[in-house]
Amino acid sequence: MKHHLLLHITAKILIPFILVFALYVQFHGDYGPGGGFQAGVIFGAGFILYGIIFGKNAAMRVVPPKLVYITSALGVLLYTGVGVAGILMGGEFLNYSVLAKDSIAGQHLGILLIELGVGITVTSVMIALFLSFANYRQSDSHTTD
Amino acid sequence: MIAIELLVNFTLLGFLLATALTISRTNKLFHAVMLFGIYSLLTASLFVVLDAVDVAFTEAAVGTCISTVLMLSALSLTGSRSEVTFRRKNPAIAVVVSIALGTALVFGIMDMPEFANPNSPANLHVAPYYLNESYGDIGIPNVVTSVLASYRGYDTLGEVVVIFTAGIGVIALLTGRAFKRKD
Repeated sequence: MKHHLLLHITAKILIPFILVFALYVQFHGDYGPGGGFQAGVIFGAGFILYGIIFGKNAAMRVVPPKLVYITSALGVLLYTGVGVAGILMGGEFLNYSVLAKDSIAGQHLGILLIELGVGITVTSVMIALFLSFANYRQSDSHTTD
Repeated sequence: MIAIELLVNFTLLGFLLATALTISRTNKLFHAVMLFGIYSLLTASLFVVLDAVDVAFTEAAVGTCISTVLMLSALSLTGSRSEVTFRRKNPAIAVVVSIALGTALVFGIMDMPEFANPNSPANLHVAPYYLNESYGDIGIPNVVTSVLASYRGYDTLGEVVVIFTAGIGVIALLTGRAFKRKD
């Protein structure tokens, strides 16, 4: 879709709002509806829109596939890391109350971090799925050459 | 107020039914994929009516956008733009089975507690504790986040691992160069 001026301009206007809305859903999940899963899929959808309109090469200049492979694992590691940190600081696995001086602050910190982990993994997996589909033909022809 | 809600519900359900019937009658895969996107958008609107905004977010982003894009990518990779032809020898059996199943499901629904009934068994187990104590325990106004992230942190960890594993599976299937080089 290289020559569709209307689509280009509409996407350029929409994408920043989609990404900021995803961040809002991510970090406002304690107070309003939303959280890591929702933010992850919205952020992923915004990126996929960019990839469809501007082509997969432009998309891969923004986010190389290797980066999303790494970050998809990082999110899970962050989540598990918060759980292990709970054990190291004297509580049970995934007990956030011991993470800070008082229990409420610990819960806030723990929930913020694990939601961030969820958001990172979901965003990365969505982008990785899109990029693997978009690149399939290319990698196929490389091996048959 | 109730009349408006009923009107919205019936309009959305009517569109949902019309979309579903159109999907079942179309014989072009491309049309079916696009109609599934519309179906998801209508479902997301129904979730908004049911006050489940977070589920609506997910349905709108995943069902309408991401899965439609992935289905279209799969269609373009497989190249199966050929028409699907249905050859049912006896459509009467299908009609009878569908009507019987639908009737059985409606009878099943009659035994269920009323929607959002606070005294239904599902709402009397741990839900009162979560609703009453979560603000004191965790200090977050959104009970859904408290339950998902803190009380049920294990389950959510499992869900994230499932998504991660599914992602690895698709990446391995579609970019499995290491396997191809061997032969």
